[in-house]
Amino acid sequence: MTHAVTEPPVADPGPDERLARQSPLRRLLGRPELGALLGAVALFVFFAIIADAFLQTGSFSTVLYASSTFGIMAVGVSLLMIGGEFDLSAGVMVTSAALIAALTAYQFTLNVWAGVVISLVLTLALGMINGLLYNWTKLPSFIITLAMFFMLAGLNLGVTKALTGNVASDSVRDMDGFDTARAIFASDIDVLGFRLKITVFWWLLFVAIATWILLRTRIGNWIFAVGGSADSARAVGVPVARVKIGLFMGVAFCAWFSGMHLVFAFATIQSGEGVGNEFLYIICAVIGGCLLTGGYGSAIGAAIGAFIFGMTNKGIVYAEWNPDWFRFFLGAMLLIATVVNLIVRRRVERAS
Amino acid sequence: MTAKNAPLIRLSGVGKNYGNIIALRDVSLETSAGEVTCVLGDNGAGKSTLIKVVAGLHRHDTGTYEVQGEQVAFNSPRDALDRGIATVYQDLAVVPLMPVWRNFFLGSEKRKGFGRMDVEFMRSTTHGEMAAMGIDLRDVNQPIGTLSGGERQCVAIARAVYFGAKALVLDEPTAALGVKQAGVVLRYIVQARERGLAVIFITHNPHHAYPVGDRFLILNRGQSLGYHTKDEITREELTALMAGGTELEELAHELDAAGSSAAADRLTKEAESLRLPED
Repeated sequence: MTHAVTEPPVADPGPDERLARQSPLRRLLGRPELGALLGAVALFVFFAIIADAFLQTGSFSTVLYASSTFGIMAVGVSLLMIGGEFDLSAGVMVTSAALIAALTAYQFTLNVWAGVVISLVLTLALGMINGLLYNWTKLPSFIITLAMFFMLAGLNLGVTKALTGNVASDSVRDMDGFDTARAIFASDIDVLGFRLKITVFWWLLFVAIATWILLRTRIGNWIFAVGGSADSARAVGVPVARVKIGLFMGVAFCAWFSGMHLVFAFATIQSGEGVGNEFLYIICAVIGGCLLTGGYGSAIGAAIGAFIFGMTNKGIVYAEWNPDWFRFFLGAMLLIATVVNLIVRRRVERAS
Repeated sequence: MTAKNAPLIRLSGVGKNYGNIIALRDVSLETSAGEVTCVLGDNGAGKSTLIKVVAGLHRHDTGTYEVQGEQVAFNSPRDALDRGIATVYQDLAVVPLMPVWRNFFLGSEKRKGFGRMDVEFMRSTTHGEMAAMGIDLRDVNQPIGTLSGGERQCVAIARAVYFGAKALVLDEPTAALGVKQAGVVLRYIVQARERGLAVIFITHNPHHAYPVGDRFLILNRGQSLGYHTKDEITREELTALMAGGTELEELAHELDAAGSSAAADRLTKEAESLRLPED
């Protein structure tokens, strides 16, 4: 196969004998999700012991519902973070997507599905603008999306007030297509005695798709590469700009989906909502093992992060504590998760 | 060295400006299959600019760039890759957090229907190619950042060779390496030449360049200081050109003026022994 100058050692097919030294435990420690998984188990046991209501089916589906609404956004946000960028506009973009659908359908008296499609197009365009601005200006995505965050927050309020004279959109409950759209975006499904929100299944589906993309497709390879070292990726021919634009649009897609859930779950949308949620999505992704510097993480980890978020959020209520404590716990978990990530990264890069 | 049908890469009178800064002026170079062309120069000599032009990261402003006798002007590294010119950068070679096999196939992933990657094929090929090059990897799933610097360079080189590179441009592959590691990389350069590749090897170390090189281009301040084949130049002359015999002489005068005559004497002698016959 090659005329080697020095005779290479004969390559032994099959597992290398030196690999035996790596114990299964150590291999597991290398997974980005591990810290989050241990945390999730610990929290589950903790709340199961101290909150009697926690394990009842009704409350557990509430936990899963809370997890799913944040988990769906965490899918897009975690992919973007693996690709090395932030999106601070993700929280208000959900509200924007919901308002676009509700307002266009109501103002033009269209079938709500027309609003859904218009919202999809415009929300994806917002994500694309984030990506294009990032590529044109080369500014940190933090700044670009912070600007987008404020602009969208202002537009949400301003446009809604101008059109309705109110801070909320008019109800679309009686409009054509509402029932079918509700069945897709906001219905309940009974499974084995559990009454679960449909968002839980969408969440699991999105996580599965994102995981498949990350681990088994060329795009996934590129996402890790542009986050790990954009210059190296560019040098071997990866279209870095297009991958990043696609990732911003992925977040926009998740924002659109979450927005549609809001529209068809509540029929009216409060235009001031969504502010601050962007940090919760980032927290889900970071707890799940995504590095803030990019190039490392997983969609499953972000899902576990969202589950931790949902358990803490609702568990505190079921434990009959003052919900004010929730934010303290969230902050503490973020700190712990980041320190664990730091250790992981040092270990991985030790030799370089 | 006698390949007279158009050389794989030929630069004639190439220049490159960044705004009003002339980074490269009137540089010529050619390399053919089975040949190693070394580009030597101190920091700021224009080595990086030269390889960026060859690699397609920058376009040259003056002169001509021919690949197999055909004039080219690349818009991106992809264009250069499509022509069979692969570049391995000192620090941009790999993505440290990604597994070896993902790095090996990055940008040229092997796929089977529906956009799925053929992971098994890529893993076994990576292991096989590295073994063929004399590096026995424990585990192709380990992040490439856990390999040594020399091994990482070798993965990048093996990758370029595997993907059918006809010409290999190596940007200071030995600069950050220890003696032994540098030896590993130099052995690879020879292997790549034996495989029939044209290699452009950028370095500032004449001791690394001389044993493996067939032609030597010495750059200084963006200009060519000499272009020699191996039989025209000795290792000492090459070192002298690199170190700049005249600069040593100047340094000796300065030290003399500063009162350190013993050191100046030594330097003067050294400079004399390094001085080149005019050519």
